[in-house]
Amino acid sequence: MALSTDLIGTTRAGGTLLVSRSRLRLFAKAIGQHDPVFIDLEAAKQAGHPDLPVPPTFFFAVDLEVPDSFAYLEEAGVDLRAVLHGEQKFTYHRTAHAGDELTSSSKVVDVYDKKGGALQFMVTETPIVNQGGDLVVTMLNTLVVRRLEGVAA
Amino acid sequence: MTNSTLEVGDALAELVLEPISRTTLALFAGASGDHNPIHIDQDVAESAGLDDVFAHGMLSMAYLGRLLTDNFGLEPLRSYSTRFASITPVHGQPTCRATVREVDESSGERLATLDLTVILADGTTTLIGEAVVALN
Repeated sequence: MALSTDLIGTTRAGGTLLVSRSRLRLFAKAIGQHDPVFIDLEAAKQAGHPDLPVPPTFFFAVDLEVPDSFAYLEEAGVDLRAVLHGEQKFTYHRTAHAGDELTSSSKVVDVYDKKGGALQFMVTETPIVNQGGDLVVTMLNTLVVRRLEGVAA
Repeated sequence: MTNSTLEVGDALAELVLEPISRTTLALFAGASGDHNPIHIDQDVAESAGLDDVFAHGMLSMAYLGRLLTDNFGLEPLRSYSTRFASITPVHGQPTCRATVREVDESSGERLATLDLTVILADGTTTLIGEAVVALN
């Protein structure tokens, strides 16, 4: 289950997520968000939004909106149980709202290891565009694959 | 918003969360789209040699995001990044903190760079990050 540096430069299609108010409210519930701007349509409009706004980290869900979001890791020979999230960055270009259809795509920009290969890292750049093709956010994601010791497949 | 008076070294009021329950992990798995069973299925966690499930790193990043939008709103946020330094066990209790590292006006707008951390009640630092926000 070694990540190959051959992955650098490879691309894959991502997910498409039609952002709904109900999904945003579920996300707000899960993270204990009480700010009405993210939950209540009237509060959002009073704050100048056309609909409920997408909060800063929800965009991560767009790239997972595929039938099997971990298939690409399995194809790369990675045991999902060994995967940790190393780093995550969002660079914001414009606000998104309920009703927007967001689409991601990904490119592997680096693969490296540390501690003699006990930890492997894969860095992926994932721009997200809206239904108009406008860039909304760029994500940079570092996954860590740890060596599983004495664990059955 | 009172952020126009923020200066280097200022700390935002910290955001103290409740201990993370299994219910929260289940809700976050569904809401975030991250269905990795390592966060919600103890059988899978044990099969990987762990004692129990652990929280999604993105859950703590979302908590820190709440601290940012509580203080600045959404539109001023230019970038936001974290490194996940330690896993957060189920029942871990995060506290989110932010301090102003730098205020830069060279681009024509006042941009503050914030140092961000999430720590657990036992003192473990789980997230280290930074955000750049425009000050009004």
